[in-house]
Amino acid sequence: MHIAIIGNGISGVTAARFIRKLSDHKITIISAETEYFFSRTALMYIYMGHMRFKDTQPYEPWFWEKNRIDLVKDYVNNIDFNAKKLEFQSGSALSYDKLILATGSDSNKFGWPGQDLDGVHGLYSYQDLEAMERCSKGLKRAVIVGGGLIGIEMAEMFHSRNIPVTFLVRENSYWSNVLPKEESNIINKHIKENHIDLRLETELKEILPDANGKVRAVITNKGEEIACGFVGLTAGVHPNISFLKNTTLETHRGILVDNFLKTNIKDVYAIGDCAQIRTPKPGRRPVEAIWYTGRMMGETVAYNICGHPTEYDPGIWFNSAKFFDIEYQVYGYVPAEMPDEMETIYWAHPDGRKSIRLNFDKKEKHILGFNLMGVRYRHEVCEKWLREKTSIETVLQNLGMANFDPEFYEEYESEVIDIYNKKTNSNIALKRKRGLKGIFSFLKSNG
Amino acid sequence: MNNSNLSIAHSESDLNGKQKIGLALVGIGLLALLIAWAGAGASAPLAFLLVAFFGFAIGGLLFAHASYQDKIPGIKNNGVYHKSISARGIIAWILAILITGFYICLYWFPAYIEGLIRMHDPLSQVLRNKPADQWFTYGTFYTVAVLIMGIKFIYKYRHNTYQIIRTISVMCFQLLLAYLLPAFLATMNQPEAYFTYFWPLDSYALRPEWFGWNDPASVGMIGYIIIISGILLPFVVTPILTYLYGKRWYCSWVCGCGGLAETAGDPFRQLSDKSLTAWKIERWMIYAVLVAITLLTILLWVNHQTHNELLGSITEPYKKTYGFLIASMFSGVIGVGFYPIMGSRVWCRFGCPMAALLGLQQKFFSRFRITANGGQCISCGNCSTYCEMGIDVRAYAQRGQDIVRASCVGCGICAAVCPRGVLRLENAADDVNNRTKDIRTMHISKEGISIPM
Ligand SMILES: Cc1cc2nc3c(=O)[nH]c(=O)nc-3n(C[C@H](O)[C@H](O)[C@H](O)COP(=O)(O)OP(=O)(O)OC[C@H]3O[C@@H](n4cnc5c(N)ncnc54)[C@H](O)[C@@H]3O)c2cc1C
Ligand code: SF4
Repeated sequence: MHIAIIGNGISGVTAARFIRKLSDHKITIISAETEYFFSRTALMYIYMGHMRFKDTQPYEPWFWEKNRIDLVKDYVNNIDFNAKKLEFQSGSALSYDKLILATGSDSNKFGWPGQDLDGVHGLYSYQDLEAMERCSKGLKRAVIVGGGLIGIEMAEMFHSRNIPVTFLVRENSYWSNVLPKEESNIINKHIKENHIDLRLETELKEILPDANGKVRAVITNKGEEIACGFVGLTAGVHPNISFLKNTTLETHRGILVDNFLKTNIKDVYAIGDCAQIRTPKPGRRPVEAIWYTGRMMGETVAYNICGHPTEYDPGIWFNSAKFFDIEYQVYGYVPAEMPDEMETIYWAHPDGRKSIRLNFDKKEKHILGFNLMGVRYRHEVCEKWLREKTSIETVLQNLGMANFDPEFYEEYESEVIDIYNKKTNSNIALKRKRGLKGIFSFLKSNG
Repeated sequence: MNNSNLSIAHSESDLNGKQKIGLALVGIGLLALLIAWAGAGASAPLAFLLVAFFGFAIGGLLFAHASYQDKIPGIKNNGVYHKSISARGIIAWILAILITGFYICLYWFPAYIEGLIRMHDPLSQVLRNKPADQWFTYGTFYTVAVLIMGIKFIYKYRHNTYQIIRTISVMCFQLLLAYLLPAFLATMNQPEAYFTYFWPLDSYALRPEWFGWNDPASVGMIGYIIIISGILLPFVVTPILTYLYGKRWYCSWVCGCGGLAETAGDPFRQLSDKSLTAWKIERWMIYAVLVAITLLTILLWVNHQTHNELLGSITEPYKKTYGFLIASMFSGVIGVGFYPIMGSRVWCRFGCPMAALLGLQQKFFSRFRITANGGQCISCGNCSTYCEMGIDVRAYAQRGQDIVRASCVGCGICAAVCPRGVLRLENAADDVNNRTKDIRTMHISKEGISIPM
């Protein structure tokens, strides 16, 4: 059987690796972007000089041959689903028995005047990075539009080269549709202390060209003109499926798939950023364009293709990011706006760069989520507490178990408990300090 | 508009004022060394010594201060691969040639560094009551490098308590046990013992020809101390500490070679080769050296006991070859001289028999491991890039697998540079025999969805 995979990102590559582990099927991965899989999440570090491009490739070139995974660098113009054939830009074609679509995302553009000018770019692909590099020489100011994760990464990138940045954020606080108010504020301050010109409640209205069709300035919704030589469009991404429009493949925002990641066409699957789950699990969104879900879908689809029908279940939500020098981790349910039935304990360090938040159910008193800034928590421990709906007091007493900061770092768990005690007039105490001891027996225990 | 970020340097062409002054002072120190090397060191030793020392010390510290103090604490690797010195550029090659040349003179042509040695006479007189020799000169350079670059390192990682404490430790061991104590012993007319180096790293430590073995009493109290510690350190203390904390207790907390690598070598850590081929070569070489030194030690004793009747003819050339190839060529010339080209731990990774021995213990019988934090890895590659031992940390982390590798020296930089909080150095006795077994990232298996734990 020949399995063709369009897309050599984390989703497609994980699928290929697991299909190889489970079977002897012929595997071909097609991508127009780069010859080998690289980590998109590390694009910023190439620009900042932390790594070379080759350091972002998780597997050495020999890996693909050794595992008999064929790589094709070409663009798929069209898919003939009836004849089970891919048609490439180069003119050649490839037949398949099963097809996995793992085509990823594309940067959003909202029809701004001037959005296709020279010097206007998103940050998604390797080619986007090359464009940023090209535009950086002699650049006097960059304007970044959109206050999400990619926008702040782009700001950090320019900042690392001393290129002044103006950062336009539509909301009244950075990433405030995801982060609770306090955490969002920490990041606002941190952006400013990095000398980024942060403009909250400001939107892009128009991008102005110079005589050569290159960016010269932007105009904001407040009528201000900001001179700049680069405009970064980082207002989110959408599934990269335009080449699949007008086919029999059912799409909505993304490629629609059932819980086994099957599309409406037999033998065709979709995974990763480009997939849209028809009936997502409670609390999950139909399109989740993140690394971890791509990886889990890649593994799930491999099981499904290799005769072990497995439903896609991403488990309990987790994510992480880094905003300049502040690391962020989240486990479970941490909404930006607190629902009525939720209670929260929030601790913040006086240095303004660390915080710990624990959300729990007001009535049932069980843990709902963890939100960390500048402090690391242990994934499995948080996950087990969340899965088992552990009571907040048990969690607090054992909170040291969750702490994943390096040795000799200060521990703040008892301060978190103090806040809880004050708030609820209780008198509980920390029973465990940070460290691995006892964690194995905890993780292996049932209930 | 706020343009104050313009003052922060990101490459050599973009240094701030204080950094420039710092570099100028270092340049003056370097110039003093070169003139002294050319011969002038003999005529005005004190002047050259002071100019060189203060040039490096004040210039280096000013540079470190100017580079990091005004920045928000955090990982400071901007531009590492844009700078000539840390990206194998022309400056790196010049530096490598300079250091390599110095080592070659040091080991085989000390007459060519006579100027540098004479320059150290005043210091040697104060510390040891006798004129300097090439080894005292070398020890001084070494210690000053560890101290100045150690302080720079602490500035750079000042948000990271583990890095700070560990670096203070290597600085103290170098200064006190590997520099001042031997000098003090010299003033007391005692043998210059280095208690931070022992068998098998110190190939002399257990050799029968060391004069104390036959008659420790003739060396006095210190003779007994040297012999007892020479046996206890490798065979009792080492296994216990390695069981408890991994080989890091030695390699990145105590050892002088490690101390230099972690401080002066830090700007070059990313240059280590991460390929599978390099790992294969490493495993062959390092264990071969361990076997070689073990055989040599055994041979020497057999010879000694049989008064050269057994195997006498091969022992001498064997000893000479080991001394030339391993002790001088490898640990010195290549080990340090090639820092700017091959990274800071070439010797520790490919050649050090002590590291080989500690590594075996770490791999098979230690509580130490680097834990991967569930599924949080985004495969970015920072951990692998900044691993000075060339371990492909990411290969484990992205599968949610804990890292148990013989070569890991526990410097903790992978955990520091990871942008997602994935790695943690830890010890636990609960699971010493299956530290590597659990793969926890994935939620799926043939049996269905589960989290194997
Ligand atoms: C700068 C940046 C930082 C990020 N950081 C994080 C993070 O910290 N954490 C996190 O969870 N997520 C992060 N993400 C999101 C994450 O990288 C994506 O969710 C993930 O890479 C998606 O993987 P994928 O395999 O689904 O698609 P992709 O990685 O996009 O792979 C799709 C590939 O298919 C190719 N392709 C598409 N169509 C065709 C065609 N017709 N013919 C040939 N080839 C085609 C594309 O060129 C591309 O190479 C980040 C994204 C970016 C851009
Ligand atoms: S640095 Fe962290 S996130 Fe990046 S590859 Fe290593 S473990 Fe994964």
